[in-house]
Amino acid sequence: MTDLSSRDLLGDRKAVIDAFARRHRFKWYEAIPWLAAIACYFLFESYHALGAQIFATILFALSLDLLIGFAGIVTLGHAAFFGVGAYAAGVMAANGWHEPLSEVLVAAIVAAGVGFASGLIVLRTAGLTLLMQTLVVAALLQELANKWSSVTGGSDGLLGMKIDPIFGLFRFDLFGDTAYVYCLAVLFIGWLIARNIVYSSFGRSLTGIRENTNRMHAIGAPVDRRKLVIYTISAALAGVSGALIAQTTALVGLNTLALSKSGELIIMLVIGGIGRLYGAFIGVPLYMIAQDRFSQIDPIYWYFWIGLFMIFVVVFARGGVLGVFERFNQRRRSR
Amino acid sequence: MAPALETKSLVKRFGALAVANDINFTLERGARHALIGPNGAGKTSFVNLVTGVLTPSSGDIHLAGESITALSRAQRVKRGLVRTFQISALFKKLTVLENVTLAIAERVGAANDLWRPAGHHRDIIEEAYDLLVPLGLADEALRPVTELAYGRQRMIEIAMALALKPKVLLLDEPAAGVPPRETGAIIETIERLPADIAVLFIEHDMELVFRVAQRITVLVQGAVLVEGTPAEIAEDPKVRQVYLGESKH
Repeated sequence: MTDLSSRDLLGDRKAVIDAFARRHRFKWYEAIPWLAAIACYFLFESYHALGAQIFATILFALSLDLLIGFAGIVTLGHAAFFGVGAYAAGVMAANGWHEPLSEVLVAAIVAAGVGFASGLIVLRTAGLTLLMQTLVVAALLQELANKWSSVTGGSDGLLGMKIDPIFGLFRFDLFGDTAYVYCLAVLFIGWLIARNIVYSSFGRSLTGIRENTNRMHAIGAPVDRRKLVIYTISAALAGVSGALIAQTTALVGLNTLALSKSGELIIMLVIGGIGRLYGAFIGVPLYMIAQDRFSQIDPIYWYFWIGLFMIFVVVFARGGVLGVFERFNQRRRSR
Repeated sequence: MAPALETKSLVKRFGALAVANDINFTLERGARHALIGPNGAGKTSFVNLVTGVLTPSSGDIHLAGESITALSRAQRVKRGLVRTFQISALFKKLTVLENVTLAIAERVGAANDLWRPAGHHRDIIEEAYDLLVPLGLADEALRPVTELAYGRQRMIEIAMALALKPKVLLLDEPAAGVPPRETGAIIETIERLPADIAVLFIEHDMELVFRVAQRITVLVQGAVLVEGTPAEIAEDPKVRQVYLGESKH
């Protein structure tokens, strides 16, 4: 078959298998976001509150990337799980349960439950139908939160939340110092989970489902079950993100379940790069910092500038910021 | 011993159109059996019925003596009924090795493992690589499928099917779209398939059919016209009229 001697072939075999088996190992650049986050803590002391929001939103975007980027499940209703998590934590905090970590845990479980139940129904479909169904789930939940005002506060939002210090030691302060570290730590754990899933055999099979669903059926994969599992996990992570936002802002409103929330998240992910695990780490800060800046410079028309930027990304920078990096790298290597 | 695969009075109708009209078909263990017929005869529909892509209107499908008619696609694969596709249906952006690895991970159940990195299932990767060697694909193991010539992609189709350790292998036009100078390699590969696998292949390439097949079934308008050895089929007047036209083989 080949004219290599058997010894060369053996060496080749090991080299190829090693290269393939080592793909999940940590690379140096994976440390960048974390080092940058630590550096920013000291460099931008007056922006800790914004930083905490960014970290929580990165977790939200990361959970969406697991669906859209890895499993190929395109959804417009991911805010459903974010909102459910936010309300779960918020309702607890407003009704006498003030311990933050257990709130996050409950938020994850409740969001996972909603993800599982809705996934059972909506994941039977694909494409445009799926898009509409996910949108409907979020709209239904938003209406539920609106009508059930005795618990959720309705359109006024949920007020009167009280959060205890973390571990009984670190009080949530006005400047967001605690929130910054807290959200970063939870994001780190969420990222570890997401990363592990992506590089697991299960995660690879999700990529298979995204690339060619029919072929996955043909090799005997329980495609529907796999989708439901990742949908549930993703919902749980989104729920945790919602709980973080609720706890650090001490406010939960109907906007946490809104279509615009889901849409905005997709925009952030597209800017950073979908299906790359790190798109969220680039897109979310870019978007939220731009939002923060633009809304001060041009409070009325700042969405116009975001829109213009999006058009630029879609036309000239497919794959977002990370996509541009990848193409640059490929060109350099092929030279 | 029950035959490897059997269909009993298999019918599939789409409205007035019957794509499978009372098909009684038997694939013996270890057989090399060809299914031929003009375009639109229902060959691919037959494969889709057997593998569970389509649900029959009536009739029964047996695998090694057990009815599989009610089983899902995935369950049929788990029982050793494996197919390839007419038009290459691979994970095009993924590497050759990954394509085969995905199939093995499903077979051994590793794909349900949420936590361990795929790279830690080293036995799977080794098995996948060793499967590529005899097919001449080892040198291209780490290249994305899209970068390979079409004939090579057809070989990956076969590699993925073999990765599932089939008892019955359905090859849907394994040489379709392959340039003539590359069909030789595919024929050789099919000839070298393990003898205990029962192989049913749909093919238009008569060179391949008559070289490999021990039995041939001719399908016309969703029904079996005739079945026999290659010699019988070549001499059959009905076949010559309907399928081969007047040309001699």
